[in-house]
Amino acid sequence: MTISASDVSASPPRRRSKYTLAPLVLIAANVVLFALFFVWPAVIGLVYSFTNYTGVGVFQWVGLDNYRNLFGDSTFYDALSRTLLYTVLFVPLNFALSLLAANLVVSKHAKGASVARVIFFIPWLLSPIVVGVLWRWLFGENFGLVNYVIEKLGGGAVPWQSNADLSLLVVVMAASWMWTGFTMLLFIAAIKNVPVSYYEAASLDGAGPWRQFISITLPSIAPTSFIVILLNTINAMKEYPVFVALNNGGPGSSNNLLVQYIYETGFKRGQIGYASAASFVLMLILMAVAIIQLIVNRRVENR
Amino acid sequence: MTTTDMPRPLDADAKQAVSRKRPQNAAGGGFRRAVPATTLLWILACLYGLPVLWFILSSLKPASDLFSYPLTLVPHHPTLSGYLTAWRSANFSQYFINTAIVCVITTILTVGVSCCTGYALAKYDNKWLKVFFVCILATTMLPSEVMLAPEFLVVRNLGLYNSFAGIILPAVLTATGCFMFRQFFLTVPDELVEAARIDGARELAIFARIMVPLSRPIMLTLAILSFQWRWNDYIWPLLMLNDPNKFTVQIGIQSIVGAQNINWSVLLGASVISMIPLIAIFLVFQRYVMSADINAGLKD
Repeated sequence: MTISASDVSASPPRRRSKYTLAPLVLIAANVVLFALFFVWPAVIGLVYSFTNYTGVGVFQWVGLDNYRNLFGDSTFYDALSRTLLYTVLFVPLNFALSLLAANLVVSKHAKGASVARVIFFIPWLLSPIVVGVLWRWLFGENFGLVNYVIEKLGGGAVPWQSNADLSLLVVVMAASWMWTGFTMLLFIAAIKNVPVSYYEAASLDGAGPWRQFISITLPSIAPTSFIVILLNTINAMKEYPVFVALNNGGPGSSNNLLVQYIYETGFKRGQIGYASAASFVLMLILMAVAIIQLIVNRRVENR
Repeated sequence: MTTTDMPRPLDADAKQAVSRKRPQNAAGGGFRRAVPATTLLWILACLYGLPVLWFILSSLKPASDLFSYPLTLVPHHPTLSGYLTAWRSANFSQYFINTAIVCVITTILTVGVSCCTGYALAKYDNKWLKVFFVCILATTMLPSEVMLAPEFLVVRNLGLYNSFAGIILPAVLTATGCFMFRQFFLTVPDELVEAARIDGARELAIFARIMVPLSRPIMLTLAILSFQWRWNDYIWPLLMLNDPNKFTVQIGIQSIVGAQNINWSVLLGASVISMIPLIAIFLVFQRYVMSADINAGLKD
């Protein structure tokens, strides 16, 4: 099939909107799914959040009571602040580890990079539940490998499970470890897209590898960095299974994050209306996070 | 986000070809630079690989040796008893079959539906398609975890509670899948479609006969991703199912963890068994997973 240049230039850009039926048929399934499992839940979630619905039977309109109770509930604040703390710890750690792994894997000096890449990637294949179990096994206080090694080196047993902050730290490490492979892939693709001539010019000017990384790699991959931070923030805000399997949100309820709070109130105590209100607050937080990051990204790009 | 920062596949290939031919840096000899880079890479790789290795080796120890001091990395008396006990206990084989059924059906539906949507978004320019594009984008902001309670009510109202359909259907629409296909079909020349139209082919026939076969690599990539997502799902199946005969693997594992006294031997065995399918799929189809196409959906 050959199309000569004259053919192409002669025909004006065609408006293809004369086709209606075909694209409609093609997207029909997703439109139905979108309406059923996205629009409908969003609407009834909003409606029920103003009621005292328990999932069965009759319910009453309670106005803003759910929201009032929510903001008066210290447990909710604990879950919210713990979620934010977890996010603030997880996002930079995962970012740094993934970027380091990506740079080492694409480095022309590192040997065995393709095998290492697979090793970095395998944790991402494991389910969050299994990751939780695995790190629970690793960081067991009186049977785990980590404390065993620490004691061999002459330290005392570290209370990984019974201290709330250390327990959170283990989850942060576990989640960073799990997500590295995926984030690393995004970074690898971005780094490979940086024109080689930039690096050549820089090394002619006598810039070392560190300087090249700071002055060329980092600015070039900024769009990807932004996406990584956005995705990871959203992922962190809705983390639940890793906590459940690693320490069950414990010790006690000190590491119950937002999704666990919603789950416990909505499904264990049957307060669907109240849980819907909590869901909505989480949604608003996620939207706010995304919008703030978009604005910051715009600012940075326009500078 | 603009579309300008999206790597065009052809472009990327060309650059990769160039990058393989990067000239050796004259200032630093290859060997002098290779040692620190390689060392650092492998220290990091060991840190990442050790937890999994320790986990798998532990699962091969007999229950009596799991906690015996001093801890040994390599099991003295390797045994599969942990796996066998796990497989026989608590319906685990049933969970395995359930998860496989859910994963396969969801994956097939996800790939099919995403392929259709992606093609429509890439090759037609109706106004309402642009609106729908934004709608799909919006779904990324509202993950199902956020809409737990209302989504549960919807599925219950549809009469799908405690059925596999209740787990499968809400998971079929994925923004990542639609955008991956859209990204791919944007790279397919419009002339191909035009030529087929001139030959008198109908729109849907063009899609089915020409475009679907072309997109096989993307199909495989999304299929692997989708399989992995669904295999690892936990919270949604947990809410949707109350019949133990329908439980999935992840619920089974978590129920062992949630017990008063954790049976570590069974737990390790069950966990390792649950890892096997995904790792096997990954090792076979590595090329597709590791390809940069994964971010096509996310880079919009």
